Amino acid sequence: MQNTPLFYTFNFYLFGIIAIVAALCFVTRKSPVAAALWLVTTMFSLAAMYVMLDAQFIGAIQVLVYAGAIMVVFLFVIMLLNLGHASDITDIRNQKWRLIAAVVGVAMLAEIFVLTRSSSVPELTLPRDAAANAVIESGAVGAVATPLFTTYLLPFEITSVLLLAAIVGAVMIGKQRGLNAR
Amino acid sequence: MLLQHEVLPGHPLAGTAAAWMWLLPLLPLLGFVINGLLSLIPATVLGPSDPDIAHGADGAHGEAGHGEHVHALDTADAHGAHGDDHHVVVRHRFAGLATFVGPVVLAASFALAVAMFLAMRGLGEMREPFVQTYFSWMPAGALQINAAFQLDQLSMMMVLIITGVGTLIHIFSVGYMQDDPGYPRFFAYLNLFVAFMLVLVLGASYPVLFVGWEGVGLCSYLLIGFWFSDKANADAGKKAFIVNRIGDFGLLIAMFLLFANLGTLDFVGVNAAATKFAFGGALVTTICLFMFLGCAGKSAQIPLYIWLPDAMAGPTPVSALIHAATMVTAGVYLIARSSTLFSMAPVASLTVAVVGAVTALFAATIGLKQWDIKKVLAYSTVSQLGYMFVGVGVGAYTAGMFHLVTHAFFKALLFLGSGSVIFAMHAAYHHTGNHDDAQDMRNMGGLRAFMPWTWILMWIATLAISGIPPFSGFFSKDEILGSVFLRARESTLADAHWLGIPGSAVLYAVYALGLAAALLTAIYMTRMMLYTFHGPNRSGEEERKHLVEAPWTMTGPLVILGVLSAIGGWLNLPHFAAFAGSEEMLGHWLEPVVGDNQLRVTLGRIPEAAGNTETFLIGAAVAIAILGILIAVVRLKPARLVPKAQSPEEQGFERVLLDKYYVDEAYDRVVVEPTVGLSRGVLWKGIDQGLIDGVLVNGSAKLARGLGGVGSWLQSGQVGTYAWVLVVGVLAVLGAFTIR
Amino acid sequence: MLAEALFFSAVLFTIGVIGVLTRRNAIIIFMCVELMLNAVNLTFVAFSRAYGAAGQIFVFFAMTVAAAEAAVGLAIIIALFRHKQTVNLQHINILKG
Repeated sequence: MQNTPLFYTFNFYLFGIIAIVAALCFVTRKSPVAAALWLVTTMFSLAAMYVMLDAQFIGAIQVLVYAGAIMVVFLFVIMLLNLGHASDITDIRNQKWRLIAAVVGVAMLAEIFVLTRSSSVPELTLPRDAAANAVIESGAVGAVATPLFTTYLLPFEITSVLLLAAIVGAVMIGKQRGLNAR
Repeated sequence: MLLQHEVLPGHPLAGTAAAWMWLLPLLPLLGFVINGLLSLIPATVLGPSDPDIAHGADGAHGEAGHGEHVHALDTADAHGAHGDDHHVVVRHRFAGLATFVGPVVLAASFALAVAMFLAMRGLGEMREPFVQTYFSWMPAGALQINAAFQLDQLSMMMVLIITGVGTLIHIFSVGYMQDDPGYPRFFAYLNLFVAFMLVLVLGASYPVLFVGWEGVGLCSYLLIGFWFSDKANADAGKKAFIVNRIGDFGLLIAMFLLFANLGTLDFVGVNAAATKFAFGGALVTTICLFMFLGCAGKSAQIPLYIWLPDAMAGPTPVSALIHAATMVTAGVYLIARSSTLFSMAPVASLTVAVVGAVTALFAATIGLKQWDIKKVLAYSTVSQLGYMFVGVGVGAYTAGMFHLVTHAFFKALLFLGSGSVIFAMHAAYHHTGNHDDAQDMRNMGGLRAFMPWTWILMWIATLAISGIPPFSGFFSKDEILGSVFLRARESTLADAHWLGIPGSAVLYAVYALGLAAALLTAIYMTRMMLYTFHGPNRSGEEERKHLVEAPWTMTGPLVILGVLSAIGGWLNLPHFAAFAGSEEMLGHWLEPVVGDNQLRVTLGRIPEAAGNTETFLIGAAVAIAILGILIAVVRLKPARLVPKAQSPEEQGFERVLLDKYYVDEAYDRVVVEPTVGLSRGVLWKGIDQGLIDGVLVNGSAKLARGLGGVGSWLQSGQVGTYAWVLVVGVLAVLGAFTIR
Repeated sequence: MLAEALFFSAVLFTIGVIGVLTRRNAIIIFMCVELMLNAVNLTFVAFSRAYGAAGQIFVFFAMTVAAAEAAVGLAIIIALFRHKQTVNLQHINILKG
């Protein structure tokens, strides 16, 4: 479907601003639980932005995996370690450091802006609606799946090995010291 | 390994006693070693003036010990061994051996010198100097300096005076220093001094001369501060050495300039090459002026005369030998030796003459009001040295050297005589336990009755120094003043201009200053004699009983010097007083060395005075001298004096004279305090503490610690730190991309 | 769209960096890292619209890796908490030396 430009642009900006505001709130919360929830908000807005950028599959995956699984694991750990309350002694560094961090951040932002000025490589750029057409042709999932299982098959397989290693590693690290330690 | 090759193969003196001239300084050096080793053995009983004892209770050393000032003010009552002590006077255990060694090596040197002199006399006319090279001292590329001695008429003359007068003074010291625990040390230093002085006059090149120059400066310091447990004496020694050093800087610069322009530094070479200089040019004038700076330091002329009066802190034989007869005359010798250069620089010569004349008058005015007998003689020495410089300054090198010889005789006699007086006063005070100043004339008076020999001999010296004929001083002084007058009329100096003033006017002014100084000389010397030997005695009832003539070891040399002072003028008689064949003996003797240079100054002609002029000159000199004596006799009443303890303070201009025109205080304010302040503030606090300690030493430690701190911060184990480092690194990398 | 998306991505990334630098709670720092990863994912998706499907593929992999990393990282934090009873990084310097 064809998006009216204004509606489209307005929504894009809306979700973008929500994402940024939520990120700012996330960074400044004292309570880890509140921070986690704000991060979830950010992820949701990002998912919306993915959808508007013709990456619907990725948007869905973002919600399912990132917001639904990873953040849940974070919250599990927070509650397991009983870190949910806002601590009495704040863990944010003092004002001097915050100022320096802000300066560093602004510097980095400026540098990124300058670098992304020259971001288009004309000969590689696809026609304007190429992504949308790919979705129309093979469906949202198919647009991702076809390259995934053909051109990028090897990285896909290796990723599964990576996941296996991660699972084993997490179990090993998180295990209590020997079951006969008690 | 001695390689004794002479400059001229087959010099007539080669096979004679002169070939042994290297032995001349070596004998006193041997004496120094022996006496020095003896002095390392302490005396049997430590006396009050032994340096190992803290000099505490002897507060009777007058105003000595102004610890705060760098220079010694005009007190310097350095009576260590004699005087106020109630302790047992001590002889050193090996005093006898030192008594033997000390004078004997000097006498041996003197005998050798006489033999050399006779050998030289037997030659008739010797035009070239006799040079003995011993080894190559400093071969450095273009600079070739050899350790070499040179014997010509000028150095022979100086050697005779040094060894002759030196022997007499050594014999005098046997008596004078007999009760001093530092007896062998005294003779050691005295022998060392004579050794260095001989090196100075025998040196064949400026560097060898400079070795002797520095050496006598060192010995002067050692001897002035002989009784160094009294701080004032040590300060006087330091002052002498430091002021000498300032002059030495001038001499060094002159040597550098000479080498840079002539490529050689030995006298033969310099005299041969000196004619390359432009006559009266800036270069030769600069060299001569710097050389004169050295002479001003060594021979106590303005502005560097300040050390000589303070040097009276040393024992009296030291004052006689070093500060009357030998060391201070080194400057005059240097100018005579460099007469080739000075005769080519009229402006420099005029400067020398002017400074000499002004110094002569200036010191004479100060001498008018001094009460310490040695201080009077000290300022008299400065004044007479001024005369010598006037002589060599106007190109009358023979006249200057002649006055050097006669001055050595009568000034040594005066100092030794005053030594006898002080010796007697000390003995008297010792017997009565008096703590007064034994050197102050106000405590003396009427000593003629107690010390007749000393009285007569000192009068001979006084008449000589005042310039009364037929004593020696008259001839030498008259010759100098006459030379000035004649050269004012016709010479290279008269044609030159000094600071814009025509040279002849300058020379007439110099003549006038010389006459004025002669007048004052007569006055203050007569004053000294009147207050010391005539009139009533002010030493006190008890003390009077113990005033005696000095023993024969001390009076004997006085007699010999008295005879020399009386007849010394015979050395260089002017033609009107000469008998057959004796006219101008010294002039003829020195002619091969300085004759050409004298003629250069007088435009190639021997200056002749018309009969009237000559009579006028001589008459003026004699009249002035007699007038001075009469003024002193008429105006000064010794009967009006009171002992020092009861004397009123001086007032007004007399006070200024007594305080030496406050020159020392002015130097202190202008030179010493800024230097000390600069050293303390900048060099010590700024550079030493601040820069070297603070920045370099502590700073590098702090830097190392800081770097270590930063390094340890990187390894702190704090993840937050690592995150910071990571982000900053990313920033840097991005920055590199951005900027590119 | 590309430019706006890149803008948002850059800002989110910077916020993530500031969070990492400022906070001392290990879990919150970890979450800031996740935020940074998300920002980068946005960039990839935005570029993918112009240059082809490779961008989305990479996002896929990035998410997978993020998940694995989250699992292992949280396990480490749990182990750390068992030792030190705190997750405040100021008090943890086991890596020292």
